[in-house]
Amino acid sequence: MRYHPHTPDDVRAMLDAVGAASLDDLFRSIPKPLRLARALDVPPALDEIALFGELGRLAARNDVAHPPFAGAGCYPHHVPPVVDQLLLRGEFFTAYTPYQPEISQGTLQALFEWQTFVCLLTGQDVSNASMYDGATATAEAALMATRLTGRKKIAISAAVHPEYRKVVATYLRSTHDEIAVVPFGKDGRTDLDALQKAVNGETACVIAGWPNFLGVVEPLPEISAVAKKAGALTVSVTAEAVALGALQAPGALGADVSTGTFQSFGNPMSFGGPAPGFFALREANVRQMPGRVCGATVDKHGRRGFVLTLSTREQHIRREKATSNICTNSGLCALAATMHLALLGKKGLSDLARLNHERARLLRDAMKRAGFEPVFSGPTFNETAFDVGDAEAAVHRLAKKGIVAGAPLARWYPDLPKAKGALLCVATELHSPELIELFAQSVRG
Amino acid sequence: MANPTGWKPAMEKEAKGGAAAGTPEGAGAGGATRGLAHEEPLLFERGSTGRWGVSLPRPTGAADPAKEIPSALLRAAVDGMPELSELEVIRHFTRMSTWNHGIDTGFYPLGSCTMKYNPKSSEALARLPGFANVHPLAPPELCQGALELMYQLERALTEIAGFDATTLTPAAGAHGELCGLMVIRAYHASKGNPRKKVLLPDTAHGTNTASAALNGYEVVQLASGPDGRLHPETVKAAMSEDVAAIMVTNPNTLGIFESQIAEIAEIVHAKGGLVYGDGANMNALLGVARPGDMGFDVIQYNLHKTFATPHGGGGPGSGPVSVKAKLAPFLPLPVVVKEGETYRLVTEQKERPRSVGKLREFWGNFAMFVRAWALIREYGPEGLAQTGKLAVLNANYVRKALQGVYNLPYETDSLHEVVFDDGLQKTSGVTTMDVAKRLIDHGFHPPTIYFPLVVHGAIMIEPTETESRETLDRFVEAMKAIAEEAKGDPEAVKAAPVRPFRARLDETRAARKPVLRWKPGMKVE
Repeated sequence: MRYHPHTPDDVRAMLDAVGAASLDDLFRSIPKPLRLARALDVPPALDEIALFGELGRLAARNDVAHPPFAGAGCYPHHVPPVVDQLLLRGEFFTAYTPYQPEISQGTLQALFEWQTFVCLLTGQDVSNASMYDGATATAEAALMATRLTGRKKIAISAAVHPEYRKVVATYLRSTHDEIAVVPFGKDGRTDLDALQKAVNGETACVIAGWPNFLGVVEPLPEISAVAKKAGALTVSVTAEAVALGALQAPGALGADVSTGTFQSFGNPMSFGGPAPGFFALREANVRQMPGRVCGATVDKHGRRGFVLTLSTREQHIRREKATSNICTNSGLCALAATMHLALLGKKGLSDLARLNHERARLLRDAMKRAGFEPVFSGPTFNETAFDVGDAEAAVHRLAKKGIVAGAPLARWYPDLPKAKGALLCVATELHSPELIELFAQSVRG
Repeated sequence: MANPTGWKPAMEKEAKGGAAAGTPEGAGAGGATRGLAHEEPLLFERGSTGRWGVSLPRPTGAADPAKEIPSALLRAAVDGMPELSELEVIRHFTRMSTWNHGIDTGFYPLGSCTMKYNPKSSEALARLPGFANVHPLAPPELCQGALELMYQLERALTEIAGFDATTLTPAAGAHGELCGLMVIRAYHASKGNPRKKVLLPDTAHGTNTASAALNGYEVVQLASGPDGRLHPETVKAAMSEDVAAIMVTNPNTLGIFESQIAEIAEIVHAKGGLVYGDGANMNALLGVARPGDMGFDVIQYNLHKTFATPHGGGGPGSGPVSVKAKLAPFLPLPVVVKEGETYRLVTEQKERPRSVGKLREFWGNFAMFVRAWALIREYGPEGLAQTGKLAVLNANYVRKALQGVYNLPYETDSLHEVVFDDGLQKTSGVTTMDVAKRLIDHGFHPPTIYFPLVVHGAIMIEPTETESRETLDRFVEAMKAIAEEAKGDPEAVKAAPVRPFRARLDETRAARKPVLRWKPGMKVE
């Protein structure tokens, strides 16, 4: 076994040293009836060549010949090879949480840079060191809002990612907070009149997408004004972070907390996980922030360095009074996003965002030519819902050509007027004009 | 020790001046020397206007966001973003990486974290385009391989821990705890009463209490006995029909097997309660014993510990949860099902009405499933059992060698890890923290310190099975050298570390005057 360095002589000598007769003897503290008297029923061992054969067989059963036209919370983007080659430096990926800062400065400085990128893109003051994903980050934001305001009610736009809404509901269930779902209009934007009615003096926060799940850019200033008037916090949720290269920072439009994922930067889709969830907020609320955070300080010679800090909020110190139970987060994914953002820089991020918007317009034009209109009239970034007649049928038809066609909205919005036909599609820098044209024609059948 | 490279600790003493002076004889048992480390500013403090590090198709200008989106909702560029060439980015992160200690660099005996070697094969496999580029909403006909892998991994994990069903969804160990407790709550609620309390031994991980609180449960702490174990009479006294569950880590955080677990489970079950297992220490039991055979109803795995998926500087983890049949209907969504020869995800509550629902977006940390499955496939049944046995052998070898040099607060048998304390160093004024920092100068990552809380000044050592006898010998040599040094020159120990890129950092300052992001003109002095 290549990962076990013990020779038979080593084992013998070590057993002698500890005074045990055999390896089994080391387990005498486990009562016999509790021990397993047979071999585990798992498949037999494979050598490396057979291992690559078997997992290669499984990988080949996933058709990834074309970039998917589905986004819906997980986005196909180009990851420069630089990111992966840097990420594979063992000093990064085989380290744990930086409990010993003197020998973890690489991880810590990178986390500080991640926190800065999150703040720059969201317009918030402070970011934590990452969350599990966008959905749990949003649920933690709802929990934090209830702690900060002492209120129990959450108002969430129906145009927030349905998976995120489900997770918020799961997280709040045990503590019995009420969740009001605010509908959206024909333009795909949160209905401001309905929001006014749903929000009152018991509302802890209003949660809205930026852009929302339908790809539509929300009237965030108006939404946050409604929340503010009622003394509630505004939480903006961003699943497609490339949009933040073109859209105004949510923190500049009234969001008190910004959550979501930076999967779009440096992280492959990997069937939906892992991805770097983010959590950013106003400085005034930092003591209620969940999760780890990295801060700058000096060493005893006065040189700048970084440490994990504000840990009195956390589970290992505060136990049941902690702001969250989160411990391990998505450090390596956050590092990948930091590397990609460093490469993009100011111009690259701007260009990437414009390119995505442009490709989405190519898609809209191609779909129009093929006879398919957008479902919603509101402005969009790189995702658009089209009425294709029968969205599920289109998905299976396109699958025969090896193309992931999009996300049929009826799965989450069965009562939508054009539910059956509504197919949510994305176009990014990976979708060439030729592929977009082929796609639109193929949807027509 | 043989010295094939010709380096001797004394050489640093001979080098005149510099920070090397004061490095005593004997330091460097792990081969640590002063390497060439580069200072490196933040990304935001370097570069020059007009640089970038990506190659993208140029926007044609055929579409303009400003024509469609209200201008108040747009920005031309993100201010503060760095402007760097590709090589500048490469050097930045390469230099920073050298400031880190990883498993690939050296021994990393961080107790309860199971820092074993992370196979390179697993990294290559997780990066196969067929895995990395699958969209989570791909129709089942385009992702049968991903679904088959999840289905097989679920079954293997179910078998390894001795349960009936497994969910792969949770994102980390603490998320698995949250999931397990939600399932327990839903089970009790289905019987008409979710109950109020969760029992926790004083050796529990901090996440256990926080997870219970998140589920609305009140925590009742139980004292472990003088042997470091939880005793049935303690549980009996605290057990009532208000108690939803007891959470037990087995082996516990002292590395001691809770040998009366079956009796404890019986007491809890008799009052209708359930037994939750924190599987953080599952490495000790692989192929040797199964929590499901000991009375546990639920357990969470940590794939990033037991199955060697990389810890990545703090994640991502993966925390699958295995349960007994009576709890299976309550597991979160999704569930992978096999119909004939075809796999499918059940994602909707209508097919699983008793499910606790969704705990995270999509289906779990799939890229971690690939790595864990690769390791299980490479090991097979014999390799898994040998893993548990060698992990326990290594811990006991270190224990034996250090007994008497450091105080062993519990003499009860150790499994995969051993906890010492600084009791024998008290007279010198040298503390656990100092010992930990001095280990850095020797080239080792320190063990987990000051945990578990039941041991004052705990030093918790978990070597794992991938470390060789020579590495353990060198670690022992360093620990002994530090104990000697504490007697003769305690100030040298307290001044550690002197070798790394940074000396001890001022954590109080970081917390009192938080600087949590870069801003133009940032100064930390």
